[in-house]
Amino acid sequence: MPRWREAALPLLLFALLGAAPWIGFGEGYVLSLLARAMILGIAALGLHLLVGGAGLVSLGHAALLGIGAYAVVVLDAARVTEAVWVVPASILGAALFALLTGAVAVRTSGVQFIMITLAFAQMAFFIAGSLSVYGGDDGYTLYGRTELFGRRWLEDRLVFHYLCLALLAGAWALVGMLLASRFGRVLRAARENALRVAALGFNPVPYRLLAYVIAGGMAGLAGALLANATEFVAPSYLAWQRSGDLLFMVILGGLGAPHGAVLGALAMVLLEEWLGHWTAHWRLIFGPLLILAVLFLKGGLAGLPAQLRGAGRG
Amino acid sequence: MTAQLLLIQALNGLQYGVLLFLVAAGLTLVFGVMDFINLAHGVQYMLGAYLGATFAALAGSFWAGLALALPATLLAGLALEFLVFRHLYARDHLAQVLATFGVILVLNEGARAIWGSAPLQMRLPEALSGGIQLMPGLNYPVYRLAILAAGLGTAALLWLLVERTRVGALVRAGASNAPMVAALGVDIHRLFMLVFGCGAMLAGFAGVMAAPILSVEPGMGDGVLITAFVVIVIGGIGSVRGAFLGAILVGLVETLGRALLPDLLRLVLAPSPARQAGAALGSMLVYLAMALVLAFRPRGLFPARAG
Repeated sequence: MPRWREAALPLLLFALLGAAPWIGFGEGYVLSLLARAMILGIAALGLHLLVGGAGLVSLGHAALLGIGAYAVVVLDAARVTEAVWVVPASILGAALFALLTGAVAVRTSGVQFIMITLAFAQMAFFIAGSLSVYGGDDGYTLYGRTELFGRRWLEDRLVFHYLCLALLAGAWALVGMLLASRFGRVLRAARENALRVAALGFNPVPYRLLAYVIAGGMAGLAGALLANATEFVAPSYLAWQRSGDLLFMVILGGLGAPHGAVLGALAMVLLEEWLGHWTAHWRLIFGPLLILAVLFLKGGLAGLPAQLRGAGRG
Repeated sequence: MTAQLLLIQALNGLQYGVLLFLVAAGLTLVFGVMDFINLAHGVQYMLGAYLGATFAALAGSFWAGLALALPATLLAGLALEFLVFRHLYARDHLAQVLATFGVILVLNEGARAIWGSAPLQMRLPEALSGGIQLMPGLNYPVYRLAILAAGLGTAALLWLLVERTRVGALVRAGASNAPMVAALGVDIHRLFMLVFGCGAMLAGFAGVMAAPILSVEPGMGDGVLITAFVVIVIGGIGSVRGAFLGAILVGLVETLGRALLPDLLRLVLAPSPARQAGAALGSMLVYLAMALVLAFRPRGLFPARAG
């Protein structure tokens, strides 16, 4: 059963994440690190749908995540902290921004798409910095985490850990299903040859726009979780460097399969932290690692097993 | 806002524009000729500023610093080309973006390790310090006028080089259709190295000139890089003329927008929100301009590539 073999590695990954609190990674600080990696993994999965599926390289994905986080802030300031309202607001807010900006952006492709998504993200970044009601450039500290049915479940580390894990696994399954569906096949076909797809009678623009909006919603969800994880939101969440980080997670993880995005997010967050403990100048090691990964790991981390098998045969 | 302040802001905008052009020129040629996205172009600018400031402090003279920093940034650019970029020409844009981001991390952190996080100061040259009276009651720093003159001079030289020489013709042909130029028997790799080295040196030159008026610090190239990308997308990728007009446009729009919008908005808003909204809108203007250009003229205002 080839489909099960494809799913074996990601399922093992999720099982390891699920077991993490019980096999020596249960300290608060480690768990919050893992939560951060899983949350960024959800956003990276949406970006994988765009980059790996539709061939749309967005350098503005952090803006969608930031809008999800700012939805939590806006409701928090209005004393609305119930997840039933907060989470849909985050998802819909980011999806709406994706719909409005995507309507212009998905008509372009290649470098133009990179630049136009960057342009819209920078606009959102500067707007967030000017919102003095919500702290302006200094950011906003939440009164507390979001409540679910009136109780502060998310304050509990383990509950938050498993919530992030469940949502990550759900996002992974969703992206896998979308890519395997007719919708995903049109996206991939339009990436390979837009002209031929048009000749077959498909207009790729609505498909790409829908993919962009779905990715936006996923980033919005991740934003709501990230705001809860840190209990603090600042305009720097929307900075283009953050968009770059997300893009690097997706590419480093590998574009061949959705779990690449999850691997990439885990690798980036954990490697940053581990090297950061070692030396203050960890980027001097991280940078060359990134360059070497690009030069030699052509299928990304997810393609590593296949690459090793290929090397063993050759 | 008086006419004098408007004039000062316009001069500041022009001076920012020519600095942007020096960075954008290399970026647009590397992108246009080699189809190579070099995110590390911004750190060349930072490197120029650091090397200029360091050499000037060692030699005790701005001019010595400038003279030493230019060949040093050229060498640094060629070394990077040899070590990293050369292996990426045949790869897709994604791989280039990722690897050159790695280069940014290394050089930014390297600068922090060598020179520390605190901003470095570079002294103005004696001959160019002080102000000059442009009209009664309006003093403008001589050094900023010198930047403007040097930038315009370099732009003119570059224009001559690209439009009037044999090498320039090859560069233009490469931006239009690189495989065809290679097929006609031109050593395209030598051309790549030349374009790359010159681009790195131009960015370094901009860095040295900006060093005395800006703070020299790690990461100073990141913002410039993004703005330079905006410039070349507005101007049309691969076009030096487009980069020049785009840079002047972006420099003026950003400077005047930031200076004027808070005052304009005060007509309809209370002072405090007007200041905030004006600052945000002023920073957004160039991105708004780029989004408009991309929506209506996706290949930029002065596209260089054929077909």
